[in-house]
Amino acid sequence: MTTTPATLPRASAQESRTRRRQAARAALFLAPAVVAMTIFFFGPVLWTFYISFTNVALTGPTATHYQFTGLKNFSIMFSSRSFWQAVLVSLYYLAGSALIGQTVLGLLLALLMQRANAAVRAVVGGIVIAAWVIPEIVKAFTWFAFLSQGGTLDNILQWLGLPQPAWLFTQPLLSVIVANTWAGTAFSMMVYSAALSGVPGELVEAARIDGASLWQTLFRVVLPVIKNSIMTNTILITLQTLGDFTLVYAMTGGGPGTQTSVLPVYMYQQAFSFYQLGYGSALSMILLLIGIVASLFYIKLLRVEL
Amino acid sequence: MLKTGFMMKALPGLMAVAAAGGLVSTLASGAASAASFKGQTLTIAFQVYGGGNQNTIWLTAVKKQFLKMYPGVNVTFVPINASENQYYTKLDLMQQSPRTAPDICVEDTFLVNSDASAGYLLPLNKFVNQWPAWKKEFYPPMQKAAEATNGTVYGVPFNTDTRGIYYDMPMFRKLGVKVPWQPHSWADVLRMAHLIKSKEPGVVPLWFMSGKPMGEASTMQGFEMLLYGTHNTLYDNRTGKWIVQSPGFLDSLQFVRTIFTQGLAEPLQDALTPQSSVIATQQLMPQQKVGMLLDGVWEYSNWLPTGGHPWPQWHSVYGVAKMPKQNGGGYTSLSGGWTLSISSKTKHAQLAWDFIKLATDRNNMLKIDLLDGNVTPRRDVAAMPAYKKAGQGMLAQFAAFNSFTQFRPAYAQYPTISNDIQTAMENVMTNSATPQQAMQQYARAVTTYVGAKHVESAR
Repeated sequence: MTTTPATLPRASAQESRTRRRQAARAALFLAPAVVAMTIFFFGPVLWTFYISFTNVALTGPTATHYQFTGLKNFSIMFSSRSFWQAVLVSLYYLAGSALIGQTVLGLLLALLMQRANAAVRAVVGGIVIAAWVIPEIVKAFTWFAFLSQGGTLDNILQWLGLPQPAWLFTQPLLSVIVANTWAGTAFSMMVYSAALSGVPGELVEAARIDGASLWQTLFRVVLPVIKNSIMTNTILITLQTLGDFTLVYAMTGGGPGTQTSVLPVYMYQQAFSFYQLGYGSALSMILLLIGIVASLFYIKLLRVEL
Repeated sequence: MLKTGFMMKALPGLMAVAAAGGLVSTLASGAASAASFKGQTLTIAFQVYGGGNQNTIWLTAVKKQFLKMYPGVNVTFVPINASENQYYTKLDLMQQSPRTAPDICVEDTFLVNSDASAGYLLPLNKFVNQWPAWKKEFYPPMQKAAEATNGTVYGVPFNTDTRGIYYDMPMFRKLGVKVPWQPHSWADVLRMAHLIKSKEPGVVPLWFMSGKPMGEASTMQGFEMLLYGTHNTLYDNRTGKWIVQSPGFLDSLQFVRTIFTQGLAEPLQDALTPQSSVIATQQLMPQQKVGMLLDGVWEYSNWLPTGGHPWPQWHSVYGVAKMPKQNGGGYTSLSGGWTLSISSKTKHAQLAWDFIKLATDRNNMLKIDLLDGNVTPRRDVAAMPAYKKAGQGMLAQFAAFNSFTQFRPAYAQYPTISNDIQTAMENVMTNSATPQQAMQQYARAVTTYVGAKHVESAR
């Protein structure tokens, strides 16, 4: 009995020493990552935040001698027609390709794959994932080659004796939405496949026995169970789509006119074609804000506990 | 090698004299001798695009001569493979840091003011003032193009250009039009375009640079060739204000709308791409699929043996006409050009200057002006027989447009304002806005940018 009080402090002292040593070691191992993140990630973010309140430009008198202009960039932005046009195009792009396209198609594919046999699963899964793994610029070029005048689609239509509209000019927004759906569906499919395999079989069976229809089983049983995955997936693809630049820029350059000028393309044009770095940075802040608001909205909507 | 043999033999001797006699005077006068540059590296940034390597060929030849004069010096090329707008952006990004700024860059004159006020460029007055050729041989308007508004020199121009209408002579003859052809108003040009459209299916009647992807080419080869043929301009020199609304501006936009919505210009997908001029000059014109092209003198260099699409028969096909003013009463052309400039962040200013001086001497200047088919800024080059017969005389024809040509108001704000013009054009050609709406948007954008005190409307 007398040994306990004596040994306990000693043990805990040793324990805390070990813990401290572990913490120090962890800090040591984390240090390079933290330093790298600070320099290459937080540094630029803070810098962008700062210059979004200035009139810095790429050329002209304000390139080196720029001034703090407060909220001027933002007031210009909110009174600019082309900004609101870009917001609208971004929302169409988001709703069309991410929310309707990727989520619905991804879930549908995941559900069908669950019931399909191994061979079908392998083939379909392979094709869908192949679309996802190729680099973005290659995807963009593939779609450009497919849809541009004299491209693959035109050749097929010609062979069928059908008219060949210049897709990237008559339906530019639809073109990039379809391309982005194609490019991103695999991700949603994989997330949902993983989630669906986690739905207990007896739960679905019990619902069947109680006489639930296929739709009822899906909406009342399966989807509520995978709610967390839906939210994670929706947030991820929303942020990814909102920030998407390569696919749209390479396919249409934001045009014709401003028809596919999504926010990142608009931002790029303002900063690097029109040389207004400060204004471009202010736009990127707004883009970040929209991403945050959208994420909070999903969390609220799906009533997920984090 | 035979030719250079003499130089090779003579050079070490010259060097020895320079080294022996020069050292004291070098230290005293501050002028550096060749030997003191040993081990230094000069970097030179220039644009390469669309298969043409004219800048590379020219600078490589200059480099070879330069290295003989300055043994032990390194000259590194930084070719930037990008369309025009992206080249400017890339160059400006490089200019921001001493680590990336090239010592010498090939600079568009329309950016000289803007980049100079950004502090990117080195004033060259002390160099050009000691260079006899500067006063004697360079045409004053071209010197002005390389100067800031306060008279500071920021580059040595190596070419200038004029603009006009290339037209397909055999096609015009076939249509019963007398060649050489010369329109006298916009209506004449449009009438011809309509005729080509109705009689020559599959041919683009009038290729016209327009919209954002083509960048400054749209503003200058397209819009300004119209606007400067009306009674209005972009900038009021008297009041020092930008003219944001004028009848001429509106009529110019109306012209753009007419040709793009009535099928008189190239299809939108060929206009709204940075490749537009490459498609016209390297693909369709050699197939005689373009009736008229409103563009600059240099385009024929695409068809020379050193160009992006060699085409020996070009001069029996394409002729050139002056661009008429809106309602007659004369012609219009615009001139720009390129300079060799030195970065303000360079550590080798003297060496860089020596390179520029060599690159723009009589013979090297002739080389680049013939290679890229541009008008020369030097009198002595203009007098050379090789220059006079360049491009089967086409170069001389374009050079004659100098008598009525105009310059852009290349103030520091110009590059950004030019982008607003391209936006207005694109909105009109794609029917996203009426000319009136597009002009109002332009007025708003420019007013926000330069401030309400610096804009006005004109009648």
